[in-house]
Amino acid sequence: MAEEGGGHQVEEALRPPNPRTTWEGCSVLLDINDGDRLVFARLSPAASLKIGNKKCFLSPLIGCPYGSLFRVDTGPDGPHLTRISSSSAPSHDNCMQESDDGQSIDELKDNRSLIDNNTAQSLSSNDIDAMKREGATGDEIVEALIANSSTFGKKTAFSQEKYKLKKQKKHAPKVLLRRPSTRSICETYFKKHPARIGFLRMDTLSLLLSMANVGAYSDVLVVDMVGGLLTGAIAERLGGIGYTCSTYFRSMPYPSDIVRMFNFSSEICSRIIQAPFSDLCSSQNLDNENSKSHENTQSSEMQSQTEDSLLTESASKSLIALSEDPVVLEGDYMPDCRHENNTSTGCKSANSGRKVPPELVKLWNERGFSSLIVAAPELELGSLIQDLLPLLSYSAPFAIYHQFLQPLATCMHRLQTSRMAINLQISEPWLREYQVLPSRTHPMMQMSACGGYILSGIRICSSEACNGNN
Amino acid sequence: MLPIDPSKRNSFERHICEGDLVIVYERHDNMKAIKLQKDSVFQNRFGVFKHSDWIGKPFGSKVLSNKGGFVYLLAPTPELWTLVLSHRTQILYLPDISFVLSYLEIVPGCLVLESGTGSGSLTTSLARAVAPSGHVYTFDFHEQRANLAREDFKRNGLSSLITVTVRDIQGEGFPEEFCGSADSVFLDLPQPWLAMPSAGRMLKQDGVLCSFSPCIEQVQHSCEALKSNFTDVRTFEVLLRTYEIKEVRMDGNGGGEGSPVGPFPRKRRQRLSGEGNNGNVEQTTTAVMVRPCSEARGHTGYLTFARLACI
Repeated sequence: MAEEGGGHQVEEALRPPNPRTTWEGCSVLLDINDGDRLVFARLSPAASLKIGNKKCFLSPLIGCPYGSLFRVDTGPDGPHLTRISSSSAPSHDNCMQESDDGQSIDELKDNRSLIDNNTAQSLSSNDIDAMKREGATGDEIVEALIANSSTFGKKTAFSQEKYKLKKQKKHAPKVLLRRPSTRSICETYFKKHPARIGFLRMDTLSLLLSMANVGAYSDVLVVDMVGGLLTGAIAERLGGIGYTCSTYFRSMPYPSDIVRMFNFSSEICSRIIQAPFSDLCSSQNLDNENSKSHENTQSSEMQSQTEDSLLTESASKSLIALSEDPVVLEGDYMPDCRHENNTSTGCKSANSGRKVPPELVKLWNERGFSSLIVAAPELELGSLIQDLLPLLSYSAPFAIYHQFLQPLATCMHRLQTSRMAINLQISEPWLREYQVLPSRTHPMMQMSACGGYILSGIRICSSEACNGNN
Repeated sequence: MLPIDPSKRNSFERHICEGDLVIVYERHDNMKAIKLQKDSVFQNRFGVFKHSDWIGKPFGSKVLSNKGGFVYLLAPTPELWTLVLSHRTQILYLPDISFVLSYLEIVPGCLVLESGTGSGSLTTSLARAVAPSGHVYTFDFHEQRANLAREDFKRNGLSSLITVTVRDIQGEGFPEEFCGSADSVFLDLPQPWLAMPSAGRMLKQDGVLCSFSPCIEQVQHSCEALKSNFTDVRTFEVLLRTYEIKEVRMDGNGGGEGSPVGPFPRKRRQRLSGEGNNGNVEQTTTAVMVRPCSEARGHTGYLTFARLACI
């Protein structure tokens, strides 16, 4: 076990920050038919996925570059995934092909003669089943459907493309292999299960990370009641340098399953710490903090070394513990996907279920956290923020997310009155996607109308502390 | 600006010293970047502030002028820098910057190409995202602008993360030495489509490109150009609406005149106290009201993203 773990670490160390190909045991996002279905999976020889009514093994995906496209083929051994070149497949995006003369012909075409009486298609479902039995590929079926449609020729190039795409999705499903990242994970949840991430939209999440100045060497304090998405997003930005401290106000940490969707190295995982709030403010009176002299940075450096070794140890323990868990993935996405016994699977915070290393608490008390992000729809913000802000170093930025506006307004007013922070601002991001096509460019017909609200600000030094310090 | 150097890192133990870059905060819409020099002074409408008085204070402190006026001294961040930098070009602001960082999936260790450098607003945030082991190579065809940006990055301690080069990316493309090695490419050019074939060669497999253009015609042209070897071409517009809050007194029983959300709480209070003297006490409550600020930025630019197709 120990040797295997070591081998994994070597492998892991060679992996670039944004790995471009998959490996056995890695987490992937499978995009089926241009976003119709989005599935998180962990690649193992035994993992499989049901596409339509066909069960396909995911093993052909191992070792492929992210961004590869696969087609469901039916061979003598049953259905299997075959990699195809992406240029051969049309996609929903703005690259829709248009014949050179398409536009001029299109101007003469419209739908005045189109009658919806279900007689345009002369192939019956029995005919199609027969073709399938004879081994026709999905693409051949689509071609046959087009050839037998009496109205296809009368459609505009644009609606011809739409028709083709619709039939393709049904008869020749495509699977796109995507890399799980903050963006793809947030987009997937926002589209499929927005409530699980507190309706946190990708642009809102991006703003939180920027407003809280998240980057390597930061120690970010976070209250994550959005399933671990926020914790994962911060850990991704820190890249294993600095700490994500996820604090909680009850006996158990908040669920953070989404963290395991990322392909975090054990180094990055070891820098995610779960800490009950009471542990973080146990040993100090914060306003006296800076009256302590900053005599020896040397000793604090030594401390951080011991604490590092301590963490690596606990991290490897938690990884071993994790490998005993049978299923890591979202059960309702992929009931048939087993998470195989593999040490590189998923990520739990370094101290999962364990006490926070006291050295680390001491370090945070001495330095203060470099920023704070809160997404806690179920907690009363006003007192929460007043409890958390003293843990931040002076001039540290913070950003608070809420799905509703009013709690933030009340919280902002309270902060203004208490004079704990400046540069207070409530903002609401607005995101609009466009369809860009020759002569047919316009905003998308559907858009998300609310990505939530953010209260941002900067913690300041209360005047007593500043003067006392001089 | 970035805590790469542990001695510069902001913490309870860190105090402002000679040579530090400090953001002087008057109001949310009035800030300035100052390099601290002990014999120097900072002057604004509230009076004269001596830099020497600032030394030894923690960041986040409130400091007084000779006339008793005050400002706050803040530690610089890329977000604050965007608000104080000198505009040599139109710059990118927070909503676009944060969206671009996430969409381009920039994490520590990434290699990012950017053109043009402009005033370096985005570049500073890119540097934070790739630090400490990644690098941003940024190109601008305007020599003076490139030099000024380079000086800014040096002053902000970002030289080890950013390389500024004078080069016409539309005309010459990116240098071939970066072929197949860029994790992401960002273009803010008048004719971005001219640089797209080169950008495609620079990107690693599945790497993401972003092009920022203010005009929809540029977007149209760019999307055409991206057809050949990119996929997932998507265009977005990101804006931010800000809100103002106000504590408002409201009549409890809605009696009398006017709307309960009237804009003159002070007047109302006077009237109420007068009524109180007459023994006719009305119940009042206060509430925090919130509404969008009346002016906002209506357009910055369109962000077009595309992923290099796998062969």
